[in-house]
Amino acid sequence: MEENQIANFKVVIVGGSAGSLEVLMKVLPQLKPISKFALIFVLHRKSAEDNTLEQLIAMKTIIPVKHVEDKTPLLPGFIYVAPSDYHLLFETHHELSLDTSEKVNYSRPSIDVSFESAAGVYGSLLTGVLLSGANADGAYGLRIIKQHGGKVVVQDPATADMPFMPQSALNSVTPDFVLGVEELLHFINNMK
Amino acid sequence: MVNDRQLEVLINDVYEYHGFDFGGYSRASLKRRVDRLIQLDGFADFTVFLSKVRSDVAYFKHMVEEITVNVTEMFRDPHFYKVLREEILPMLATKPFIRFWHAGCATGEEVYSMAILLKEANLLHKSLLYATDINPLVLDTAKKGIFQLRMIKSYSENYMASGGKNDFSQYYTANYGLAKFSEVLSEKMVFSLHNLVSDGSFNEFDIILCRNVLIYFDKDLQERALQLFDDSLSKLGYLALGTKETIKFSPMQDRYEQIHKEKIWKKTK
Repeated sequence: MEENQIANFKVVIVGGSAGSLEVLMKVLPQLKPISKFALIFVLHRKSAEDNTLEQLIAMKTIIPVKHVEDKTPLLPGFIYVAPSDYHLLFETHHELSLDTSEKVNYSRPSIDVSFESAAGVYGSLLTGVLLSGANADGAYGLRIIKQHGGKVVVQDPATADMPFMPQSALNSVTPDFVLGVEELLHFINNMK
Repeated sequence: MVNDRQLEVLINDVYEYHGFDFGGYSRASLKRRVDRLIQLDGFADFTVFLSKVRSDVAYFKHMVEEITVNVTEMFRDPHFYKVLREEILPMLATKPFIRFWHAGCATGEEVYSMAILLKEANLLHKSLLYATDINPLVLDTAKKGIFQLRMIKSYSENYMASGGKNDFSQYYTANYGLAKFSEVLSEKMVFSLHNLVSDGSFNEFDIILCRNVLIYFDKDLQERALQLFDDSLSKLGYLALGTKETIKFSPMQDRYEQIHKEKIWKKTK
């Protein structure tokens, strides 16, 4: 079946808030092309209409960035950035959906929302990475990812500008890996 | 969390027992809404929830009201309103009479935003704003034009960013944490129930606004709704969607011309 042929790719979602962009600016320029998985960024930011964050990320990496609109197909080999003021959801047939419902953890996009939605669809093919931040968004979602057999990676709070977010995650779930910035880079570059 | 199978059972049963079709709704979003409702209303599990939905008509209505997303705001995406103000309304102004359709208007914040633009362009007197939703509760709120006062600061900022030059406070009266918008604005509004899934075209419009509604539909239902809009638009009429929505997957796009890079299309044929 066509569905099964394309079902076998991994998905990595990186969530972060205050202090996470600095991590990405260090990691992105050194990322190798990704052919086997899709890389998605769900970052907190001020609601704005422009695509500044997307453009900034695209400038820093050789991996092509796909512009996210409603029902954008999700494909391995690309980066996707959750647009501001929408929650980013995952359909069963590899499409992204957007949602303007209530903020979660004072945030839209909320990291918990994307983690939970993707966990139900991608199960053990999903890796959730949580970076620096000053609120507890993401901790619940990582727990759900774990329950569905996915991998959980948390930035070492000692290396985070804002340790609250990764620390909240560590209090809520046993991660597969706690990584510093360099280690995170190796982790992604060595993903099969 | 409800699983995929349970979600399909719910969709089937709702159709069978109440004739209401959620089959074309985005599963990812629907799943979240159902989870939220089960939690909010304190059901022990999905089975108890399902049996209530099947057997209790009042609860079913409540479910429909809660499952649809009703989050909206005034002048959301100010730039969109700026383009309306500066480019679209001057085109429509040449008509003797202008008909608007706000499809999926929720609590009406966008309809009041539009009325303010029309008032300022001196077009409100010859306009008629139809505003529809499937949820009767939100329409009641919309009719009253009463919104939370705590939101007004950001609405007022959006209004100014959209090119508004007046004192925003002239449009409402504040009382007990609420802002009631002037009846001068609502005079030309007509609110009514309409379901984009099952209801047809009911008039011809010069502009249809349906922003952040199609995102809750799958592609097939999106196409159906777009057809409905196409059937309901006059020649040279405009269709406005949300900032992340598009008609580019639809065969009807050949007959439409996008206005700059905005999510506004003009019907050319």
